[in-house]
Amino acid sequence: MKRLFLLLALFAAMALVPLVVRSEFWLNVCILTVFSALIGQAWNILGGYAGQFSFGHALFFGVGAYAVAVLQVHLGVNPWIGLILGAAFGAGVAVAVGWLTFRYGLRGSYFALVTLAFAEVFRILANSTPWTGAGEGIMIKLSPRPSMMQFKDLGHYYWLLLAMTLACYLTVWWLDRSRLGARMLAVRDNEDAAAAIGVDAFAVKLQAMALSGLFMGLAGVFYAQRYLYLDPGIAFGPTESVEALLVAIVGGIGTLFGPLMGAVVLHALSEGAQVALGSLPGANMVIYGTVLVLMVLFMPRGLASLTRPRSRRKGGRDA
Amino acid sequence: MLDVSNLSKTFGGLRAVDDVSLTVAEGSISALIGPNGAGKTTLFALITGFHRPDGGAVRFMGRDVTGEKPFRIARAGMVRTFQIVQPFAGQTVRENIAVGAHLHIADRTAALSKAEDVARKVGLADRLDVDAADLTVAGRKRLEVARALATDPKLLLLDEVMAGLNPSEIRDVIPVIRAIRDSGVTILLIEHVMQAVMELGEQAWVLNQGRLIAEGAPRSLAGDPAVIEAYLGQGMARRLAGGRADA
Amino acid sequence: MLNPTILWPAILNGVTTGALYALIALGLTLIYGVLHIINFAHGALLMVALYIVYFLFRLFGLAPYLSLAIVPPVMFALGYALQRGVIGRAGHGRDENILLVTLGLSIVIENLALMLFSSDTQTVETAYGFSTVSVLGAFIPVPKAVAFVGAVVTALALWAFMSRTDLGRAIRAVAKERKGARLVGIDVDHVYAMSFGIGVGVLGIAACLLMPSYYVTPQVGHGFILIAFTIVVLGGMGSFLGALIGGIVIGVVEAVGGLMLGESLGQIGIFAIFILILLFRPQGLLGHRA
Ligand SMILES: Nc1ncnc2c1ncn2[C@@H]1O[C@H](COP(=O)(O)OP(=O)(O)OP(=O)(O)O)[C@@H](O)[C@H]1O
Ligand SMILES: [Mg+2]
Repeated sequence: MKRLFLLLALFAAMALVPLVVRSEFWLNVCILTVFSALIGQAWNILGGYAGQFSFGHALFFGVGAYAVAVLQVHLGVNPWIGLILGAAFGAGVAVAVGWLTFRYGLRGSYFALVTLAFAEVFRILANSTPWTGAGEGIMIKLSPRPSMMQFKDLGHYYWLLLAMTLACYLTVWWLDRSRLGARMLAVRDNEDAAAAIGVDAFAVKLQAMALSGLFMGLAGVFYAQRYLYLDPGIAFGPTESVEALLVAIVGGIGTLFGPLMGAVVLHALSEGAQVALGSLPGANMVIYGTVLVLMVLFMPRGLASLTRPRSRRKGGRDA
Repeated sequence: MLDVSNLSKTFGGLRAVDDVSLTVAEGSISALIGPNGAGKTTLFALITGFHRPDGGAVRFMGRDVTGEKPFRIARAGMVRTFQIVQPFAGQTVRENIAVGAHLHIADRTAALSKAEDVARKVGLADRLDVDAADLTVAGRKRLEVARALATDPKLLLLDEVMAGLNPSEIRDVIPVIRAIRDSGVTILLIEHVMQAVMELGEQAWVLNQGRLIAEGAPRSLAGDPAVIEAYLGQGMARRLAGGRADA
Repeated sequence: MLNPTILWPAILNGVTTGALYALIALGLTLIYGVLHIINFAHGALLMVALYIVYFLFRLFGLAPYLSLAIVPPVMFALGYALQRGVIGRAGHGRDENILLVTLGLSIVIENLALMLFSSDTQTVETAYGFSTVSVLGAFIPVPKAVAFVGAVVTALALWAFMSRTDLGRAIRAVAKERKGARLVGIDVDHVYAMSFGIGVGVLGIAACLLMPSYYVTPQVGHGFILIAFTIVVLGGMGSFLGALIGGIVIGVVEAVGGLMLGESLGQIGIFAIFILILLFRPQGLLGHRA
């Protein structure tokens, strides 16, 4: 309960941001940060809790984004309904990919590479089909009305995103105190031992895929509505895949607050670098990559291990 | 309650388990013994679905479970432990045991409190909040038993839960196992520690090079020439004799 | 559609492109075969090698084929240092950690290149760049023919090195039985770093052969990563001959797929092969479990 209280207090404080921050620039930075915290947590459900590292998480993000955009542009489906459909598509594709890969026993690095390959397949498909706008991308018509999930005020976008993110974090809070969560950790730590005491590892991993894909799909819906434009590279390219795993790993996988910490630290670093170095193309990513390398080398359980001594020791080098 | 008939498994050219049949009676403690590499662990793996048998059948409580998935067999009430312990490292003893308790208990709080009860039964009550990775060998063996026990099994397959323990630790574990049986759980154990087999076992099978070579009451087996033959060269003949003297 | 006058040049083009793919995959498969790790930075390291070839040409007028004397050793040293200093320390017992750390390295390397060299496409102009040779009625550019020969020779040389030299034998011993190799006094960390270095050194060869018919940008490695992985799993992890054949198969699939489905959809065949092999032949082709 203490953690729930802390979580709600944090989000309540975050909800005040648009009231305090008047600058469009900084509000945008906050949106990007919360967005990272959302996709990082979505990745964390599968990677941190169920132990399945995905390198192609943009797949589910892209599916959600294209779902809301294509349905809206070609069939006139209201984006609020698109939101539900986008999340459902994200979860559905995730389950399909999981069904195929886990059915055939893929794990570890091979699972990671296959998710990446699936994302590439979708990128190529999106590049080649007319109803996704192919390589030119797809544009959602500007109509800044809340009923069309478009807002004149950036703060409203922020609140929409924050609500999605809160839903994701509450889900993980619930996982931490549920049978499903306990089973995910068991599967992550030792699949055979879990099976021996009655855990259906395949089903558990599929459920993790579904939840993870659902929130990535939601993030995709937000992205599409916020920028009103998508192309195959944005939707299925490596950017979101890398960001999702980076945020979770830097913050600390398998923890409730890790991805939030990771998102804040990474965006603080990148803003700091902008101030120090000016805006050089690629500078951001150099920092991110360096942080990733350093974290894996020296703090494989992430920043969260600083607050939890138990996990810090575990993160130590293998005997 | 468990009926194994003509079970066989070959690895490459090696017949690890060769036409093994045995029956475990409900409410009993029985033992499976045999020299290193005899195929005991492989037999457990075949029974519990971790390996698919090349031939033969496994029936549990009247149901054919041959080739079923391990988690299904565990749900049916037959649970094994691992000779090479497999803790969920990084999780506490309590959390480890709770995963087993969750087999029949959905609620997290209830599963955690059940984990405490089980920990008490196997003598881990004072280490509930210790990281499983930090337990001693004896502690990890107990954790294996505890996790399995928390699933409320009908039949417990214990694979060398006393290996690596010192004599006083073994003396502590024997009553624990007996108490588990007395609470209504049937037990089949693999054990090299003859003292334990002699004290606990009502029935024993001897496996050698994949084949059953003898069965009967442990005490009678100790004098069986075929059994002594099988153990010779492993220095086990002497341990057998020693075990008998101890008992 | 399957008119031979169109099909044959496409196949020929696929074979020569595929040989280059194979050359890139050779290093990856060597690293996988010995260290049992997947080097996600392979594409980024290829890009580094291509830039070295490019700058040797731009600044010193060194022809790409002459760079063969310089670039492979430089890449070898880089690979050795990376394995010793970074990658070898990152595992902590999980193979995903290696994937993560090499992903991190590739991000750093690519974006450093972006900062330093901008995203402009750079090429090397050579006299032979546009000349062609005829093979059974179809024309292929000379650089591609050279690359094809180079790939085959490199694969053979690697194979001979592994089976005929002491170091090669030590590498194979370590690949097979790490603990045993350590017991008989082989310096395993050194052998690992040597293997990684050789794998990256082969990228240097690939870069010299590739540059005359290709280009370099900071992102050029992207296109090669999944292709190289596909070849490695297709050919059997750790197998040089497999990589060579796998590379050619992939090259042909891509060229013929592109002919039939169009340039961008054609690539789908490669990823489909990758996914299908990993799904349906996991034991046969991987044999390795986490
Ligand atoms: N997965 C496997 N693949 C190949 N061979 C195996 C496999 N598992 C076991 N074996 C072999 O089968 C034989 C029986 O092994 P098993 O582990 O069942 O013996 P055991 O009786 O449990 O021995 P111990 O007393 O040492 O535990 C051994 O020769 C072993 O090497
Ligand atoms: Mg055994």
